[in-house]
Amino acid sequence: MDTPLANPVRSIFATPLREDSVIVNIGPSHPATHGTVQIIAELDGERVLRTDVHCGYLHRGFEKECEDHTWHNLIPYVDRLNYVSALVNDFAYCDGVERLMGIEITPRCRYLRTLLSEYSRLVDHLTCVAAGLMEMGAMTAFLYLVMVRDFMYEHLAALTGARVTYSYGRIGGLACDLPDGWLARLEEILVQYEDFVARVHALVDRNRIFIDRLRGVGVISTADALSFGCTGPILRSTGLARDLRKDAPYLAYAELDFDVPVGIAGDNYDRYFVRMREMDESVYMMRQLAQMLPEGPINVDDRRCTFPEKQRVYREIESLINHFKLVMDGPSVPAGEVYCAHEAPNGELGFYMVSTGSGTPWKVHVRSPSFVHMGAASRMLDGGQLADIVPTFGSINMIGGECDR
Amino acid sequence: MSAATVLESLQQQIVPAAGAATLSHDSCLVFQLAPDELVRTVRRLKEEFGYDLFLDVTAVDWPADALRFEVVHHFASSRQPLRVRLKTRVAPADPSVDSLVKLYGSAAFMERECHDMYGIVFRGNHDLRPILLYEGFAGHPLRKDYPKTREQPLVPYRH
Repeated sequence: MDTPLANPVRSIFATPLREDSVIVNIGPSHPATHGTVQIIAELDGERVLRTDVHCGYLHRGFEKECEDHTWHNLIPYVDRLNYVSALVNDFAYCDGVERLMGIEITPRCRYLRTLLSEYSRLVDHLTCVAAGLMEMGAMTAFLYLVMVRDFMYEHLAALTGARVTYSYGRIGGLACDLPDGWLARLEEILVQYEDFVARVHALVDRNRIFIDRLRGVGVISTADALSFGCTGPILRSTGLARDLRKDAPYLAYAELDFDVPVGIAGDNYDRYFVRMREMDESVYMMRQLAQMLPEGPINVDDRRCTFPEKQRVYREIESLINHFKLVMDGPSVPAGEVYCAHEAPNGELGFYMVSTGSGTPWKVHVRSPSFVHMGAASRMLDGGQLADIVPTFGSINMIGGECDR
Repeated sequence: MSAATVLESLQQQIVPAAGAATLSHDSCLVFQLAPDELVRTVRRLKEEFGYDLFLDVTAVDWPADALRFEVVHHFASSRQPLRVRLKTRVAPADPSVDSLVKLYGSAAFMERECHDMYGIVFRGNHDLRPILLYEGFAGHPLRKDYPKTREQPLVPYRH
């Protein structure tokens, strides 16, 4: 028997670089690391000399489990990847399967998915900014933002029946259409959002404490961000306007008017500001989409994936068989492979899926932005202060569900 | 360079050297490569065609084939939307390909995950410690011959 390891992870450095430096564990049982990430850091006093970032404490075999279920059954699983913006995961996954099947979704579904993707982005950024500010002691700003977020959760629950993990996407459409008055309530919430975000801007943007804590901290250059595979707000905060919604438009983004906010320095302050500005752009897009939303069906009329109407299931044998086959065997996805990327709030969320036509996926791989960003985290943490690990890590917005899968 | 020009020059310049290429329906140029051509092709993609983002590496297990593992790399460019997918087949006796750590920083972490899940060895990546799994995990869970219900050896109590 080998000697038992002192730790489930083996640090890349075991001996200190210098006589007076010390190696410490930060996490995984630390509120700022979400209880799932372990940072092994070598410290010289309060200064971080080098770090070794470990994830995997939330690994639950997502990709293995996917190979054992029908394509429809995976929708609740993909919800639990990034559980702060579950709808984006739903739609990216469904989009990938639809591309494999050669399905084009209905116009109403396309606009609704776009609207709800932006709604999810809003919720995700609100959570990230609120948590980041709270970790630096801004309790008021946190409560303002989280209160608005809770209105949104309740509002999404009115649509989908769940506050966080919605399982609302369907292959070829959506679970249900909007309830009455949903768009009117949306506008009320957006007005409240604007009120409270303006207050947060007033509290934080020019606040000496926050500028000192955020400016020039956790800096990453454009070249490094690209090399380390960063996407989303982290890459944009370095000044590079790469956004899949503009560069390779999917859903209804090609028809919308919006800007891609970028930062200048790639530091924590820029990441905060890019997220704040992106939320405003999302609100602007949602207002356009609410005007553009056409009438019509939300599900495609395709018997390979869409359930027949309940009334017909009860009355005719073909629909009953169709319903039965869709429940037992799932949608029939032809053999092929696809890499489907959506611009999730954290960056590029990609689903690489391989089908052999057997009814269950041969492979589902998730290119999750959080995992790739964890690979770049050391770049932002090394050389900084111990106390800055928390805000820098917060500004990366690691979501354990999608990072560890 | 627009996507169309890149596609044209990629097909003219890289395809003859790297074997068959197809344009998939998800607007991704797919190359089937021999393992020893991988790094050379990626270097050209990066330096001549501006593929500055190494997005993802994973593998697909085809247990019936002699070259059982298909290692799949995805690349994107920050300048134009055409993506590139490289596929390399390796045999189970020596499932190794060259690492891309010298070209992209993101390779270090993503190759560790692929090594965890499939046991692919990335030559030149000297840090293939477990990342999503833990020290002492036996086997490679995403291989098709790893049963979902297998139990792992009990890890001794850690102090």
